[in-house]
Amino acid sequence: MPRTGTALGAPAERLEGRQKVTGAARYAAEHPLSGRAHAWPVPAAVARGRVTAVDTSAARAEPGVLAVLTPEDAPRLAAPEDATLAVLQDPRVPHRGWCVALVVADTLETARAAARLVRVSYDAEPADLTLTMDHPDGYEPEEANAGQPGRVEHGDPEGAFAAARTGVDVVYRVPPLHNHPMEPHATTARWDDDRLTVYTSTQGGTTARSVLAQVFELPEDRVTVVSEHVGGGFGSKGTPRPDLVLAAMAALRTARPVTLAYPRRYLPTVVGHRAPTLHRLRLAAGPDGRLTALLHEVTTHTSRVKEFVEQAAVPARVMYATPNLLTVHRAVALDVPSPSWMRAPGESPGMYALESAMDELAEALGMDPVQLRIRNEPEHEPGTGRPFSSRHLVQCLREGARRFGWDERDPRPRARREGPWLLGTGVAAATYPASAGPAAAEARALPDGTFIVRTNATDIGTGARTVLAQVAADALGTALERVRIEIGHSDLPPAPLAGGSMGTASWGWAVHDACAALAARLAAHTGPLPAEGIDARADTTGRADAEVPYARHAFGAHFAEVAVDTVTGEVRVRRLLGVFAAGHILNARTARSQFTGAMIMGLGMALTEHSTLDPAFGDFPEADLASYHVPANADVPAVEAHWIDEDDTHLNPMGSKGIGEIGIVGTAAAIGNAVHHATGVRCRELPLTPDRILPGLPATG
Amino acid sequence: MNGFTYLRPDSLQEAAEAYAAHPGARYLAGGTNLVDLMKLGVERPAVLIDVGRLPLGAVEELPDGALRAGATVRNSDLAADPRVRDRYPALSQALLAGASGQLRNAATTGGNLLQRTRCPYFQDLTKPCNKRDPGTGCGALEGVHRDHAVLGQSEHCIATHPSDMAVALAALDAEVELYGLDGARSVPVADFHRLPGEHPERDTEIRPGEIVTGVLLPAATAGVPSAYRKARDRASYAFALASVAVVLRLADGAIQQVGLAFGGLAHKPWRARRAEEALRGAAPTPAALERAVDLELAAARPLRDNAYKVPLARNLALDVLGRLTPAPAVA
Amino acid sequence: MTSDNATAPGTEITLRVNGKPHTLYVDNRRVLLDLLREDLDLTGAKKGCDHGQCGACTVLVDGRRLNSCLLLAVSLDGAEVTTVEGLAGDGEETHPLQRAFLDRDAFQCGYCTPGQLCSAVGMLAEAAAGHPSHVTDPAAPSGRPVPLDRPEIRERMSGNLCRCGAYPGIVEAVEDVIR
Repeated sequence: MPRTGTALGAPAERLEGRQKVTGAARYAAEHPLSGRAHAWPVPAAVARGRVTAVDTSAARAEPGVLAVLTPEDAPRLAAPEDATLAVLQDPRVPHRGWCVALVVADTLETARAAARLVRVSYDAEPADLTLTMDHPDGYEPEEANAGQPGRVEHGDPEGAFAAARTGVDVVYRVPPLHNHPMEPHATTARWDDDRLTVYTSTQGGTTARSVLAQVFELPEDRVTVVSEHVGGGFGSKGTPRPDLVLAAMAALRTARPVTLAYPRRYLPTVVGHRAPTLHRLRLAAGPDGRLTALLHEVTTHTSRVKEFVEQAAVPARVMYATPNLLTVHRAVALDVPSPSWMRAPGESPGMYALESAMDELAEALGMDPVQLRIRNEPEHEPGTGRPFSSRHLVQCLREGARRFGWDERDPRPRARREGPWLLGTGVAAATYPASAGPAAAEARALPDGTFIVRTNATDIGTGARTVLAQVAADALGTALERVRIEIGHSDLPPAPLAGGSMGTASWGWAVHDACAALAARLAAHTGPLPAEGIDARADTTGRADAEVPYARHAFGAHFAEVAVDTVTGEVRVRRLLGVFAAGHILNARTARSQFTGAMIMGLGMALTEHSTLDPAFGDFPEADLASYHVPANADVPAVEAHWIDEDDTHLNPMGSKGIGEIGIVGTAAAIGNAVHHATGVRCRELPLTPDRILPGLPATG
Repeated sequence: MNGFTYLRPDSLQEAAEAYAAHPGARYLAGGTNLVDLMKLGVERPAVLIDVGRLPLGAVEELPDGALRAGATVRNSDLAADPRVRDRYPALSQALLAGASGQLRNAATTGGNLLQRTRCPYFQDLTKPCNKRDPGTGCGALEGVHRDHAVLGQSEHCIATHPSDMAVALAALDAEVELYGLDGARSVPVADFHRLPGEHPERDTEIRPGEIVTGVLLPAATAGVPSAYRKARDRASYAFALASVAVVLRLADGAIQQVGLAFGGLAHKPWRARRAEEALRGAAPTPAALERAVDLELAAARPLRDNAYKVPLARNLALDVLGRLTPAPAVA
Repeated sequence: MTSDNATAPGTEITLRVNGKPHTLYVDNRRVLLDLLREDLDLTGAKKGCDHGQCGACTVLVDGRRLNSCLLLAVSLDGAEVTTVEGLAGDGEETHPLQRAFLDRDAFQCGYCTPGQLCSAVGMLAEAAAGHPSHVTDPAAPSGRPVPLDRPEIRERMSGNLCRCGAYPGIVEAVEDVIR
């Protein structure tokens, strides 16, 4: 007999694992509908201006070309709430790469070839492309991303900083970064009369359905969105991107099913990027290490299409006790591609800057950087004064220090050398909010003793199916093998996106409640079940999104060991170790993969990844995977993730905090701090590539 | 990618005749760069002549002790060939430092030599590029050029040649063997690639219709100690920021024979003749090595964003020179 | 002369894919990856970049691992192709490496996984055949199988990008099948 009530926390194997390793799992572009055509976009070749003419004659003359959609003749959409989706609706070019035409043909090869034959004429205008801290158009937005206030201030931070004996006043820079999930953004769309079905690569099918219904002015029940398997997203598929509406427009125009798999090198301008952030950090502390002032000022860019303000000063409102706090965002709207979410938006660049500056402060104070953080542990959340629902940062730091062997560290920079390599270690803290959104789920008990649990969750690689089955099994008091999970289809009960580290908390809550209600019904039921079984439904609206009087965050601590090659300035990570406190861990196997996977993305942020906003052209020259360097296997050494189980009753029925993002937060700072420890050189701009590191190193010899 | 006629000739002569009948055709072998560029629309041949199955796939020893690598020998096979590993280690190391396992399994000796720059402006049809479309200008000059040339560039083009293999071949005094309807000829690898000057559209000295048939590794450098080293933005699967190949033999405490070439710095593998001249006959003291390398790099003209390449190349060269000389020249 | 006419001639070719012969008339522009996905509905091989920069499309052609996105199908007449769908032997549900990937949770989103698997199979054969890698000691004897420690596996698997960061599990899975 399989045991019951023990599914949660167990390292259950991914339910769709076998499909993925045998190639049977189908992604958005892999639905071979009869008569399916392929679309290929034409990106704008100017950074700002207007399309004055689109000559489609040569493209349309190609055998196999079915249509060329242009701003003049594309189907009209009801104005979308997200203006990045208003594609081919008007001649305006807000940035280079903006879609200005779409070719549809019976094969991929013809669509691609014909797209090159589309002749677009522009009225180009001068473009403003370069972000600076003192850009004259900089403004202070009321809100940053995620509804965070643009400014939070208390005490007299300027005065306290000016009066301090020990302080650091430093500027850190994080370049534009790109999510680059391995599956490019793709949608297959089909119209059957006035019904629209799409297979799309999204983190949230429920939103995709409402967006399609809104822009095509359809009732939602005539739109079906399927996203059974999604090849990664990391925020860039958090909301629908132009592929969704373009594929549906193309299918409407041609009366054929159409797949638009956005070409990789066109993605960087179209699906969002982590906006560049310029950070001024001023930290001051007394001789005991207690912060007397913390000022974090962030300057970032947004596009002319919409306002997106990377909330990078927000974690400074969470981390450390100080009587004098300033956190503020400034934004500049430029003629650049629209920024968007990338894994741990705000926290990831913000904590890079804050945790690097903390390392500098520790050095200025002559204090151990772990101790400095412990010394500044707050009693309440500094930005709001609310109590923490749970906070085990200090425990993470101590446990990480113990496992890493931090106590044996010689704090002096440049103290360890191994042939041409300088070795160093670094530490940084991590934080990420824990929240949930409303979701619905239903659970059905069948006469054969099995269960079907349904909710429109999305598995972008997190293991959502598996962990939801575990939640259901425990709530039902049954074995995991008896639970079948259905997700990734908009006919299922609506549920929010896989994003903001909220997916499992939101879906799991609804699944838990539906299963608990079903268990109660079953307990009251006598006799055999009817053939169709019996079911129960739950909707957490009003509960999952209720205001709570607590600050809810996950915390963590990162430790890194690096080797810096004094010949080349190449930095290689030797060890990464993270310890996290994120409520109850629901699946030890998939959780470990999420933590370590995010740490590896943090390694990329620290060492290999960057996009450059081209000052002459307005897009990103690192447009492909040969030039945008996501870490390769050889970059990744021993990576360990551990966790401290938290019993937090203020979260959700599972007691879990989201874990998809916290792994990336703090990794870059830990690595950067280790590079400083190794070399004695503080490089304040990411990534730490040889061109940045080598000039700071003393000459070889 | 435009439509094209696909031809698969059975002999070199047929291939060259096919070209003569279809000027502007392209020869296809591994396709790792050509197919890539055809998808981008940078290359738009009307005819592809597949030479991948011609009998050019052998590595063979010649009576004089030289080694000939056929044009269609795959990069992975050339790198693994025991004769190459034992006699021309820099070549094996350079090949293994390039691309990925999969790409090396497809890419050929000939194709590797003929690969085109990875300059992003060259690859983007919406941007100016004198190499792709002569007369349109150079987008990289005002744009992003951290990865671009510091030696021998012109106002028309600042692209670099991306090959690792060719850098080792240049240092090893290898020769490119060419076949054309006018006959066969060979060109030293170091002279095969061109500097951009006013005609960056011409990467090499190959004549229209000529086919690379192989590379000759001379007896003179066989068994001479050699090594290749590359610096890059990630630990694997990335083009060189800078690289160096050194071939060096000592006799009686002095440098008797030396070949030194840089990659990632110029429009061609940069054979460091000045440095070699300074080294030849000298005792390999740290000061002598530094002086020679500095003499070579004095010609560097860095751009706004790539000055780092000069000290990087210097360090790489001194490191490899140091390894190939008995007393460590670099402490 | 370059062509400004995109129109495409085609050619008839024969391939064996996962042991089955297929004779197809292909557009000369079609690459093996699109042939597998569009003509044969074998969507296991993935399109991540379409330019040989990610490895998601890796398949075995005549036993060697290659990026199928850069192989013109017309040039492969007569080739033997193995995709992830054909890795498991007759009567097996999964190849030992597929089982090891499941055991080690060597993937998350799964999109790079078929390429990782085919690449690993090809890589193991290369090492057994004595092919060195960038991290192999240049002084190691030529022509003998190369022992695969972790740095060797990492380097040899670096042509397969994984944005989920499943590399540690991938390396462990490969180690499992070596043992």
